[in-house]
Amino acid sequence: MIRESQLNPADAHFRDTVPAGDYFLKVLKEGETLRILDLEGNQAADTLFFNAKDTAERYSAMDTIREQGNVFLTAGTVLRSNRNRPMLEITADTCGRHDTLGGACATESNTVRYALEKRCMHACRDSWMRAVNEHEEYGLSKRDITHNINFFMNVPVTAEGGLTFADGISAPGKYVEMKALMDITVLISNCPQLNNPCNGYNPTPIEVLIWH
Amino acid sequence: MTELLYDYTMPSGAHWSFRLRRGTALRLTDLEGGANVGMLFYNPEEKLERYNAPDTLKGQHTFKLTRGNCLYSDMGRVFASIVDDSFGWHDTVCGNLDDARLLEKYGEHNYQQYRNDWTLSGHASFLTELAKYGLGERDLAANLNLFSKVVTDDNGQLRFDAGAARAGAQITLRFEMDTLVVMHTCPHPLNPASDYPRKPVRVEMLTAAPVAKDDYCLNFRPENARAFENNRLYHLGL
Repeated sequence: MIRESQLNPADAHFRDTVPAGDYFLKVLKEGETLRILDLEGNQAADTLFFNAKDTAERYSAMDTIREQGNVFLTAGTVLRSNRNRPMLEITADTCGRHDTLGGACATESNTVRYALEKRCMHACRDSWMRAVNEHEEYGLSKRDITHNINFFMNVPVTAEGGLTFADGISAPGKYVEMKALMDITVLISNCPQLNNPCNGYNPTPIEVLIWH
Repeated sequence: MTELLYDYTMPSGAHWSFRLRRGTALRLTDLEGGANVGMLFYNPEEKLERYNAPDTLKGQHTFKLTRGNCLYSDMGRVFASIVDDSFGWHDTVCGNLDDARLLEKYGEHNYQQYRNDWTLSGHASFLTELAKYGLGERDLAANLNLFSKVVTDDNGQLRFDAGAARAGAQITLRFEMDTLVVMHTCPHPLNPASDYPRKPVRVEMLTAAPVAKDDYCLNFRPENARAFENNRLYHLGL
């Protein structure tokens, strides 16, 4: 569902560009709004959310999919935790659909999906591992790396039960916005995937904005 | 040549765990039709390695699990292959019924009053079993829901297909690496039944024939062959 935001980027109290292959890690306070902006189009922002006060509570794709009865995320979707509690609500979305079935890329899964020779290419999980290592204060480890959201990715399910990685429906300037319903640790890997036609084999930067 | 090693009929609403060696198989039978088996896999030597539903689905371009599909770990390896399946469409995205939803749907049935006919949620069952291995909430990944069919339409809307239930439906998993199997027989979270379903599941452990070059699962998709190659590399270290 397309829903435009009323928020003005000039009023944001935080703005940062995240290059492809880099990560973003920050605490979003309850009531604040986060926007992820696809600067050049067809990028994937692989995102994990944690309860900032108790990281054992985290975004759960299963709980979110099951409780809303739909596999896609868009404006109106409530992102739920592994305790089946609301964590964030998507308040605006100019892309229309985001994936949470496909998970993130990892060097290990790249060997399976593409070729064994791809083992040493950079991948989202390595970006998360780097974030975890460089910010011990967040108390995260590999144990905490679970199913994520792929903002701007389009992964339709067919009636026969197939999963297709379709052409991106995102474009330069498209964005998704969500309001925090509790204090949230946000961990984004701006996907470095070089093997996927979804992004035209060309990972690009995203921008992150936060409003109080 | 396979040999039956162990045979147990697991009651509904229960939880269990065990380790299976590479080269063994697990055959599950929905005896009456309408059962659900929640299942998770861990590497017993490195429990941070666990079943990864997203990698399993995207690696095989599928939303459903059936014969030919391999069940991947997050490390690019295969825990188990589905070598036989008469059910046809198993779920791995809907997770578990939790305690709050259990109470809403079925009311309170505590142990004091109902003894072994109390009602447990899949979520609580997994946590109880995981705790036996020092694992907890942080380790609870997306699980399999065997014998439960959940379909979607073009808009992504989910529907639980209760009509898929069939007495005698059977699935056989062949283990490709040593695996800690954690399972429960609690209802699927989208099962519309108004009474807590009481459906037993027969659990048989067997020896498995060695994986041949023309193995159905190995050749089901090129991704599976590469995941098996990752298993081979892993076992070089043993």
